[in-house]
Amino acid sequence: MKSVQPSAAPSPARRFVGPAIALVILTGVWLFAPDRAEDAVRTIGLSLRELVLVIPPVFVLLGLLDIWISRERLMRHLGAGTGIRGTTIAFVMGSVAAGPLYAAFPVATVLMKKGCSFFNVMVFIGAWSTTKIPMFLFEYSALGPTFALTRLAANVPAILLMSFILSRVVKADELAELVAE
Amino acid sequence: MFTIVFYAVAVAGLIASLIADRSKTRRALEKAWKAFLGILPEFVVVIVITGIILSFLDPQTISRLLGDESGWMGVLGAAVVGSVTLMPGFVAFPLAALILEQGAGLVQIAAFVSTLMMVGVITFPVERRVFGTRIALVRNSLAFVFALGVAGVLGVVLGSVW
Repeated sequence: MKSVQPSAAPSPARRFVGPAIALVILTGVWLFAPDRAEDAVRTIGLSLRELVLVIPPVFVLLGLLDIWISRERLMRHLGAGTGIRGTTIAFVMGSVAAGPLYAAFPVATVLMKKGCSFFNVMVFIGAWSTTKIPMFLFEYSALGPTFALTRLAANVPAILLMSFILSRVVKADELAELVAE
Repeated sequence: MFTIVFYAVAVAGLIASLIADRSKTRRALEKAWKAFLGILPEFVVVIVITGIILSFLDPQTISRLLGDESGWMGVLGAAVVGSVTLMPGFVAFPLAALILEQGAGLVQIAAFVSTLMMVGVITFPVERRVFGTRIALVRNSLAFVFALGVAGVLGVVLGSVW
């Protein structure tokens, strides 16, 4: 496996490689299955709309967090050794969020840089992915209370256990590299 | 409606910040914009690939894959479908209810919903930038296993036999 090359921002030209490949694939689909491509474009439009509508507050809050909350302060609440209280805060932060999971990752970067423990970062990501309140409400109404509540009850320990394993798996130098940049 | 609350919180924070310190607020917004631009290419990839994958996975296809009779292979298949797709909750849950009606099994639905949320094959490029390739790989693999576990718990609780 290659060594970690995480947060280092790609050079300007390389930034366009990913989107370019995605567009080439889309063009390929369009050549062979035009109606699928039309479907895809419709979905892409909806997702872009979501991006424009839902994402701005995430980044505004990220910016405010970055500027207003000092490293010492964040570490005091979410750093290593903050115990159940810190983990609860991470859980609540992830659960009250809105927006797709991929919007949570930039927030995780800020949290890590400010000294949030890796365990709590993972709890935050886990909560954002599965115990978000609006998601739960959708699930409750669409699939019923038994389904939604059982899944929630199973997910909370699952997230904690996963975060624990990940915090053990991550290496100190790896963490240092993630926080660098 | 929840988005509105989230907007209200962000706007309130922004106003409070403006009152407290204009130049700091400016810097916060610059940081927000920079962070957004930094991750935008990955976002675009995620969105385009999601669109393409969903165009091949209509509700009928999914419910055929996740049929009640599909057994544990169906559960595994559901977990894979959930891992490679990405959709907002307001799309996912009505869809889950729909394919449940069309005959998909509950455990399969649970595996689908759980991996949909926790495992992100498409969002991997974004995650990789933040946690590094190794951790992102481990997190997603773990999430896959745990999602299957959660589906299993649901199967037991709901007494569904597959």
